[in-house]
Amino acid sequence: MTATAAAHAGTRPSPKRGLRLTPMALIWPAMLYLILTTQVPFFMTVYYSFFRYNLAIPGARPFVGLDNYRNLLSDPQNLHILGNTVVLAGGTLLLTLLLGATLALLLNRDFPGRALLRTLLISSFLIMPVVTAVVWKNMLLNPVFGFFSWLVTRLGGHPVDWLAQYPMASVIGMITWEWTPFAMLILLTGLQSLPDDQLEAARLDGASPWQEFRYVVLPHWTQAIQVVVLMETIALLQVYGEIYGSTSGGPGIATTNLPYFIYQKAFAEYNIGLASAAGVITVVLTNLLAVYLLKLISRTHSGRGD
Amino acid sequence: MPAPHLPRHRLQGGLLTLLTYLLALAFLFPLVWMFMAAFKTEAQAFAVPPVFVFTPVFENFQHALGSYFPALRNSLVAAVGSTVLAFILGLPAAFALAVYPTRRAQGVLTWMLSTKFMPAVGVIVPLFLLFRNLHLLDTLPGLILMYTTMNLPLVVWMMHSYMTEIPYAIYEAAKVDGASVAQEFFGIAMPLSTPGMAATALLCLIFAWNEVFFALNLTNSDAAPLSVFISQFKTSEGLFWAQMSAAATLTVLPVLIFGWVAQRQLVRGLSFGAVK
Repeated sequence: MTATAAAHAGTRPSPKRGLRLTPMALIWPAMLYLILTTQVPFFMTVYYSFFRYNLAIPGARPFVGLDNYRNLLSDPQNLHILGNTVVLAGGTLLLTLLLGATLALLLNRDFPGRALLRTLLISSFLIMPVVTAVVWKNMLLNPVFGFFSWLVTRLGGHPVDWLAQYPMASVIGMITWEWTPFAMLILLTGLQSLPDDQLEAARLDGASPWQEFRYVVLPHWTQAIQVVVLMETIALLQVYGEIYGSTSGGPGIATTNLPYFIYQKAFAEYNIGLASAAGVITVVLTNLLAVYLLKLISRTHSGRGD
Repeated sequence: MPAPHLPRHRLQGGLLTLLTYLLALAFLFPLVWMFMAAFKTEAQAFAVPPVFVFTPVFENFQHALGSYFPALRNSLVAAVGSTVLAFILGLPAAFALAVYPTRRAQGVLTWMLSTKFMPAVGVIVPLFLLFRNLHLLDTLPGLILMYTTMNLPLVVWMMHSYMTEIPYAIYEAAKVDGASVAQEFFGIAMPLSTPGMAATALLCLIFAWNEVFFALNLTNSDAAPLSVFISQFKTSEGLFWAQMSAAATLTVLPVLIFGWVAQRQLVRGLSFGAVK
């Protein structure tokens, strides 16, 4: 992509007389829109985060400096919420990578019904998060009537109130179900772009299946894995609908992550100042991770001379 | 190849295929269970032990349809409206960045992608207050504005990658013939990237359809899309499982069909073209 861009730049046409549409004029509307709807509100969020600002107490909005941040970071409960956010995103990421890789390897073989299976397997990713939450909560995880409880009883166990006894594990399971197809799709595409001659060469050299995987498949797979890690990290730090629809952050704060916490502070307690500070922390956290991961990807990407 | 190797190989292959099918079945089960419940009576839907064989009934869909249609209309308007707006703003930008790349173009592209890293919670508070003052809360234009923000970087990135694939010689030939920028855009770039436009539009529609954060916090009743409608079933303890399943089925079916059709393009869109 970069190579063609450079080639274009070399043959860039000289500006014509009477040209009404300049390239920049074509780019600006999109840029302006994004600045107005993302950058401006974000700076307003930063601004609000320095005030004690509660919508329930109109009129009074004293400047408190970094007090909101201090409150956020000194309350052990909030550190627990930060921990939840990391456990939720990290746990789901790990499980989706393992399951997605397994499914991708299995689907990379030739067998009857493969195309159909691949198509059907992406379904859970396309399901609206709230539908996932509502269906899992009511029909699968319900302690009395839920399918999983019946299954456990049939296998000789006791009925389990999943969302009450294992809230975080249940939510991770649910979101893993949603995101495994994404990992599978990207990893499968990565596998399929591996040239056959590389594998053949390895086989001719007498490589065992494990060596073949370790030294041929895995290095080639790195980029796809990195893409999955980047995209999922960003998305999973923002998980909201699944929690809203299933546990509402509970029991207690067992499944409250940063986005759900901010929603509660802003829209249930009207504590705009504190919610804004938490919003700023989330954005900074996400961007730090994203920039780091993006650097990682572009390094291997350019290493291949693309 | 030694002869005894072959049957063992075949057996292994068969077992792996069986494993694939079993895993797929487990993965699809929640969805199949939901589809099945939509055609059960309420009593059958939460019966213990679960009912696997039953005569399908259709009344759940009739019940669900009543409140489904206004939400469906809102979802359709918001999804289509934001996709159209994102294309109007994004296509020219993608074209300019692909055909007239300056040194700054890569920076602009990266910056646009970085707006996707912005968690919605980082902007929701000021937007909520702004919408309240502008009377945009619980309106479809308000929802369309936010969904456009979500889809615009996707349109620019995907269309940029499709438009850089158009051979540059075609533009040069057009320039020799004295084509203007507008003629290049409408005469070359747009017609030659139609498949890319279709794939991008499909992705935008899916994302807007499934969005829930802005929907829940910026709409209430008048403009509430399907995601808000479905979340009302959040606390349905047994009594309305069949009806809930029918409503959920109606909600996810259009997206499922779209996604199945566009699965190849999904990869490109979801990874911003990083994996092909």
